Amino acid sequence: MSALESTDARAAEAWRVLAGVLDPEVPALSVVELGIVRGIEPLPDGTLEVVLTPTYSGCPATEVIEASIVEALHGAGLGPLYVRTQRAPAWTTDWISAEGRRKLREYGIAPPGPLAEAVPIRMVRRVLVPCPRCSSEATERLSGFGATACKALYRCTACREPFEYFKPI
Amino acid sequence: MTTPTLTSFAAPRGGAQGPSGSCAGPASASIALKPNEDARYVLRLADTCLIWSHRLAEWCGHAPVLEEDIALANHALDLLGQSRALLTHAGRLEGQGFDEDQLAYLRDERDFINVTLAELPNGATAGGRGDFAFTVLRNFVLSSWALLMWQHLAASRDAELAAIAGKAVKEARYHREHAADWVIRLGDGTEDSALRMQAALERLWPYTNELFDSDAVDRAAADSGLGPAWATLREAWLADVQDVLAQATLPMPPKSAYRSDAKRGMHTEHMGRLLAEMQVLQRNHPGGRW
Repeated sequence: MSALESTDARAAEAWRVLAGVLDPEVPALSVVELGIVRGIEPLPDGTLEVVLTPTYSGCPATEVIEASIVEALHGAGLGPLYVRTQRAPAWTTDWISAEGRRKLREYGIAPPGPLAEAVPIRMVRRVLVPCPRCSSEATERLSGFGATACKALYRCTACREPFEYFKPI
Repeated sequence: MTTPTLTSFAAPRGGAQGPSGSCAGPASASIALKPNEDARYVLRLADTCLIWSHRLAEWCGHAPVLEEDIALANHALDLLGQSRALLTHAGRLEGQGFDEDQLAYLRDERDFINVTLAELPNGATAGGRGDFAFTVLRNFVLSSWALLMWQHLAASRDAELAAIAGKAVKEARYHREHAADWVIRLGDGTEDSALRMQAALERLWPYTNELFDSDAVDRAAADSGLGPAWATLREAWLADVQDVLAQATLPMPPKSAYRSDAKRGMHTEHMGRLLAEMQVLQRNHPGGRW
C-alpha cells in the first residue's frame, strides 16, 4: 500500500478511512487489503479522486463496494469525491496484501498463491492448497467454483473440514 | 444491469399497472441500430456473452449437483459482466448513445449478432429438460474459443476493448479448465455418460463452423488492429479441442458443411423465445427497475 499512498494529508486520511471499509463478500478484508483501491489523489478543483479496479467482470459486489467507499469518505468529511473505475491493468490476487492474506487464513479461507505459479486446477490432479485450519497439505478440491466467483471449494482430509480457496487470478 | 436509463419511466405507481390490468401502458419501442464495422465486431462478442450467460443461468436451481449449480451460475455471472462492459463499449462505438440496458432489452431479434451455439437450448428440444452433456461440451468449445479471442483482444489497438479482454482472459481460463474437466470426466466415464457426450458432441459440432467463418466485419477489424479475424483462431482452437477430446476418449465428429448464421442476424427458432423471456419486463414496463 505504501507505494500507492499519497503524501497529501487528505488522501492519507482517506487511505486510513478505507482501511476500515470491508469487502461485503469477504468481510475479513478491507477494500485496501483486497487491492482494489488503486489511488487517491486530490484534483485541482478540490475533488478527491478515488481510483477503483473491480475484481471480477461480473462481481455483484462492485456497486455495493463503491457505495460503501463513498459513504465512508463522505462520513469522514473528505468529500467532494470522484470515483473512477479503472479496468487496466486488471486486478490480480497478487495485489492482496500480506496482512490481507493472513486475515483470510484466519477467517478460514485459504489465501491465493502467487499468480506466476498458478497452474490450471484439474479435478483429476491434486493442487497443493494447505488447509487454513490445521495447515495440513492433505486437501482435495470439491469444485472449481464456490459461493463467489473468486473462490473454489476444498476439503481437508486430515481435519475433515471443508474450506474455501481464494483462486489466483 | 440495474441502472435505470429510460426517460419514459413515468408510470404512476399502481395506476397503469394496477391489478385490473385493463389499461396497460405503452410497451417499450425497439431501438434501431446503425452499427459501423467496429461496433458490429464488438457487438458479436457482447451478444455471444449475453446469450450464453442467459442459457447458463437457466440451470440455476436445476443442475445435477449443488457444486455444479453454483459453478454454472458463477460462469453465467462472469459472462454477464463481460457482456455488460462490451455492450457499453459497443454502444459508444455505434454512436447513437444507447447504453447496455437498451442494447440488451430493446433490440429486436435480427439485431442480435451472437453466435448460434450460444443460443441453442440446454436441452435437446426447446423447453425440454436441460442436457448436462450438451451444456459442458458447449461450455468447453465456447470457452476455449473465448480464451483465444480474449488473448488476442488484450493487444487490441482499442484501449477499452484491450482492458475488458485483460480482465476476461483471467476468467475464461477458469471457465475453460472447469468445462474441460467435465468433458474428460464424462467422456471417459461410464458407458452411458460416454454415449450421451458423443451424441451431444455430434449435435453441436456443425455450429462450431460459425466461430471461424470470417467476413467483412472481422477482416476490417484485423486490418485496423481492433481484433483478430475469427478464421485465424481455428488452428489453436482445434488443437485444444482435439487434445481434450482425446483425453475424454471421444472421437472427433466428421467435418460438417453446415453454416449457421446468427452472427449476421439469422437466428434459430429458439432465439425468439429466449428474448421474450429476457426482455419481457423492460418491454412491458419501460424503464422498470428492481
